[in-house]
This record gives sequence, structure tokens and C-alpha cells, in this order.
Amino acid sequence: MEQNKEPVSAPKQHRGLPFHIIKRVNIPIWKKITIYAVAIVGGLLLSSLICAGLAGKNPLDYFTYLFKGAFGTERKIWLMLLDAALLLGASMALIPAFKMRFWNLGGNGQMLVACLSAYSLSYFLGDKVPEWLLILLMFACSILSGIVWSLIPALFKAFFNTNETLFTLMMNYIATGIVLYCRASWITSGSAQFPTLTKGTLPEIYNNMLPTVAIFVLLTLFMFVYLKYSKHGYEISVVGESVNTAKYIGINVKKVIIRTMILSGAIAGLVGFILIARTGPGLSSDTPNNMGFTAIMTSWLANFSPLLLFLSCFFISFITRGMSQVQQGFGLTNNSIISIVTGLIYFCVIACSFFINYKIVFRKKEGK
Amino acid sequence: MLTNFLIGAIALGVVLLYGCLGETLMEKAGQLNLGIPGIMCMGTAGGCFGAAQYMNGLAAAEDAAWLPLILISICFSILFSVLTGLIYAFLTVTLRCNQNITGLAITTFGTGLSQFIMDPVYVPRDRFGAASALFAKGFVNDPDANGVLRIFFSHGVFVYLAIALAVLFAYVLKRTRLGLHLSAVGESPAVADAVGINVTAYKYGAILIGSAVAGFGGLFYTMDYLKGSWENASTIEAFGWLAIALVIFTLWRPNLSIFGSILFGALLIAAFVLGGSSSQKELLKLLPYVITVLVLVFTSIRNKKENQPPAHLGLNYFREER
Repeated sequence: MEQNKEPVSAPKQHRGLPFHIIKRVNIPIWKKITIYAVAIVGGLLLSSLICAGLAGKNPLDYFTYLFKGAFGTERKIWLMLLDAALLLGASMALIPAFKMRFWNLGGNGQMLVACLSAYSLSYFLGDKVPEWLLILLMFACSILSGIVWSLIPALFKAFFNTNETLFTLMMNYIATGIVLYCRASWITSGSAQFPTLTKGTLPEIYNNMLPTVAIFVLLTLFMFVYLKYSKHGYEISVVGESVNTAKYIGINVKKVIIRTMILSGAIAGLVGFILIARTGPGLSSDTPNNMGFTAIMTSWLANFSPLLLFLSCFFISFITRGMSQVQQGFGLTNNSIISIVTGLIYFCVIACSFFINYKIVFRKKEGK
Repeated sequence: MLTNFLIGAIALGVVLLYGCLGETLMEKAGQLNLGIPGIMCMGTAGGCFGAAQYMNGLAAAEDAAWLPLILISICFSILFSVLTGLIYAFLTVTLRCNQNITGLAITTFGTGLSQFIMDPVYVPRDRFGAASALFAKGFVNDPDANGVLRIFFSHGVFVYLAIALAVLFAYVLKRTRLGLHLSAVGESPAVADAVGINVTAYKYGAILIGSAVAGFGGLFYTMDYLKGSWENASTIEAFGWLAIALVIFTLWRPNLSIFGSILFGALLIAAFVLGGSSSQKELLKLLPYVITVLVLVFTSIRNKKENQPPAHLGLNYFREER
């Protein structure tokens, strides 16, 4: 027994691996940017090889099409900016919640109920009230319904600690169901679509996309200030770090959760309103275009910081717009190629978070 | 009518049961996998790919035999869903990335890729009628047989496999050393590590086996329940989310999952059986989601200690951070 007294050396626990992993304390910003850039370029290369391989074309053409689809004409640039702006809005609805570790997967549902209430006002009151009043009503009701949809899970989370991930997810399906119910009960002609309306359309300014872009850029800047410099923002980040610390320093956690989710719902409601009122009101159960989920990825990619969100939303809309051109150019008829490529790029960027949080240290050979 | 209702409820329930069993296993190991919808889609695509390969390798669709068809489908289904699960496992266990985000990315990727594979170019479905008849073949196939016999014995093999797996999982989790070790990994990986349990191996094992099992759900739904037809991945995706909710509903207990999933199956099918106007049907289709919400609220209000999720659910384990 006496002979076994030598101390156990740490590296031996790693079963002979020539390296071990340590957590980084802080990482210089240039290193972080390099890691992200490598991941994104890697993801793009991978997807170019896959697309070109499927189509039997030159992988370099992939990049030509990608940029053509996103920046080809002035209109294409504006369309991409519009996508990015709406995505910014959807992400903005999630970021405050994510900052306090409230996993709000309900963006789709919150936007959809807002769309539904805006649309229904136009549908039923379109001929009865003046246009300005109609738009005002649509605006108010969208925001209100977005708030209601996010407030329900928030109240249960605050008072009973109900699992918000699944609750908000189920609220998406309930919202979809309600839209389908309204379609089935309002449209008696048996048509599977809501008619497109003209009443309740926002006045066209410039190219009809600039105002939307401007609204969400301003909103993002507001959110940056709100989260970084206001007392509310501080409380959100403390609750996110540790609920117990928040309680200890006298923050009313319930109040913070409810207040933040009201803000979230209001922003989601605004996005819903714009989705309906920007062009002539039309509605389907996927009017939000799954932005609620895409926004989860963009928010996370942006590390929940509103300023970085500009980059991540721009990047995702660049990929989506560019990919439809790639698909056309390569003659790929299968639409799902876009989600495959987006998924692959997500994987690369997710994997790179490892290299940001951890460092691989190679062990020096023993006896040297 | 009641007989058909129950048969349908059991069949739809089994789709959810597979997803629920897979997710339960992973959650027991502390991995909250929101990629289950994507994995279920991939399992479907794999199984259908295998079935198509087998069916089109034959001279005529009538030559198809039960055993090779089922085995080939199962093998391909496992291959596809395990590979998808492996991406999740590598990202979350080895690279310790955020589990929620990784899961959502898996769902985006899996639904997209399965939709891609299910293109008739890769998975020609002209012989799926014959294949699905074999999938759905039960012990009692006569539609005029005794109702009770039909409820219990008229299903395809995947229904019995699901129930057998549920019983097996319940036994392993509750009564064996393996199951206790797995729970230890989910409750407190640091303690498990200290007593010499290989945390990484258990997590990988749970994720890969869970993925394989979850994948069967989609395969069963497409080949047996839908008789080999495929529209798009979104229905199976919705089942995947319900399956995740079902894990909470059944309190991480595979034996309760059997009854929970059949109950959900009954709710899902109620809209079609009860009938009514099209708008009433849409309202009835909401039932499973509303009930899930009520169950979430109810279990959280009761807040009993033994009904709580594994303590380390959703958190990654890094040994040097203890």
C-alpha cells in the first residue's frame, strides 16, 4: 500500500489522449471573429460542394448565384433588407426573454395571432370604418393579441414555474388551429384560402419596404439601449444569470418575467401587424413564415446582443435569398435544399461556439 | 365505430410513443433534445428509402416477403436516425454546445433532408401499396372479426414493438444497474463521474438508442398508418413536438407513456371520428395541444418531488468545472 502513494497526475485521467480541454476565461475579439468567419466560410463551402454535387455543376457557380440572388438587382437588395428587417423584429421579440433564460419558442404563434386579429378587423370592419381608424385599430389589436399570447405562458412561468419551452411551443399550434378554425367558419365557399383584402393597407412610402426597414432598425437600436443602459435591462440580465441572486438583491422576479414577456409579445404583435398591413391584407396559417424559429437561431448567433443581431439577421436573409437563386441556377427542383443548407451552416456555427468557450491544449510528451 | 376509434387511437398513439420513449431516454441522461421532430423525419426517410430499395429490387411487387422488408426498413431507419442523433450528440456532449439551439438546428436540418430524400427520384413509391400492406399485417386481419380481438391483435408489428420497448425501457430504467447509472448521469453528472461512471459514454448511448427508437415513430406513421403515402414532413414534425410534451405528461416513466400516448392518440383522432362541420373539426384538432398545456400547468402546480425532470436536464457537463 505504501508504494502507491505517488499523487495521481491529472493528465493520466484522460486515457492517453494527447490533448485536454480547458475553459477559456476570456477571448480576444479578433480571435472570436476569426473563429466565426472560419465556421461560416466552412459552412458555405460545404453547402456549395453539396449543391454543386447534386446538380453536377461547378461549385464556384454556387457563390456567383448566391451573391446574384441577394445583390443582383436593386429590388433584390431591398427584398433581402426587408426579410432581414422582419427577422430583426422577430428576434427582438425573443431577445429580452432569452436574456432572462426564458426559452420563448412561441414567436410564430404570437405573430400569427397578431396577424389574425389585424386581418379579421380588415375583414369585418373594412367597409364600416374610415381607413385611418381601421389601421389604428389593427395596430392596437395586433399588439394586444401578441401580448395576450405571450402573457399566458409568462404568468404560469412566474407563478408556478411551468415549463415555458413546451408551453410556448404548444401556443404556436393553438394559434395555427385557431386560424384554421376561423378559415373554416368564415369562408363558407369551401375555399382553402382567406381572400386578399384592400382595406387596411398602410400608405405606400418610397418602395414600400423602406419604412419597415427603418422601423425595425430603430427598434433594434432602442432595444440595445433598453437592455444595456436601463434598469429594466439590468434586472433582466440578473434574472438570467441567477434567479436566486435576483431575489437576494430585491428584484421582483415575477414582475420582471411578466413585464419582459409583455414587451416580447408587443414586438411580435408589431411584426404581425406589419406582415398584414404592409401589402394588402392576406392571411394563411404560415404567414409568419416560420420566423419565430429562425429568430431563435439569429438571436443565439448574435449572442443575444441587439447590435450583433444586424449581422446575423442580414446573414440569414442573405443565405435564404441567395439560395433560391442557387436552386434556380442549378436547376434543383427540390425546395427542401434551402433548409438542408441552412441546417448545415447552423451546425458549423454551433460547433464553433466550442472553440470560443474552450481551448484545446496539447500535452507535452513526458520525459522531454 | 368504437372499435375503429380505439384501433386508430392506438395506432396514432404509437407514433407518439416512439418519439416519447426516445426523448425519455435522452432526458434521463440529462439531454433535452428538441431535435426529436427532425430525427423522427429522418427515421421515416431512412425506413422508406430501405423499403423502396427492397421493393424495387424485386421482379414484382407481389414477391415481397414480410421479414426482409421489415428488417431492411428497420436497418435503414436506424442508420438515418442514428446518424442524425450522432450530430446532436457530438455537438452537445463532445463540443458542449447549447442543447436547445442544437436541437432546433437538427429539426430544421432533419425535416429538410427527409423531405429531400422522400422525393420520388430517390424513394420511388409506386410499390408502397404492397409494402404498406405487409407493414400493417396483424394477427387478425379480418375486418369482421370480434371487436376486442381486433383492438388488440389487428395492428402491424411496429405497434407491438413499441409496447415491448416501452416495457423494456421501464424495466431497465427502474430495476437495473444500467438504468440507475443513467439516472445518475442525468441527475448529477459530477457525482456519477466521481464514482467511475463514464458520463460521455452513457450520454452518447442514450442519445443514439433514443434516436433509433424515435425514428421508428415516423416510419410506422408513413408506412403503416398512412399506407405508404407522403405529403411533407410537417405532420411528423408536429408529432415530434407532441412527443416531447408527452415526456413531461408521463413524468419520465416509459410504462406511463404507453397509456399517455394512447390517450393523446385518441384526442388526435377524435376530430375525424366525431365528425361535425369543418370548423368544429378544426376546434377538435386543437384538443391535444390544449390538453398538453393543461397538463404542463397541472404538473407544475402540483410540484411533487418525484415528478420533477432530471436535475441536470439541458445542462452540459464539463469535468473541470465541478
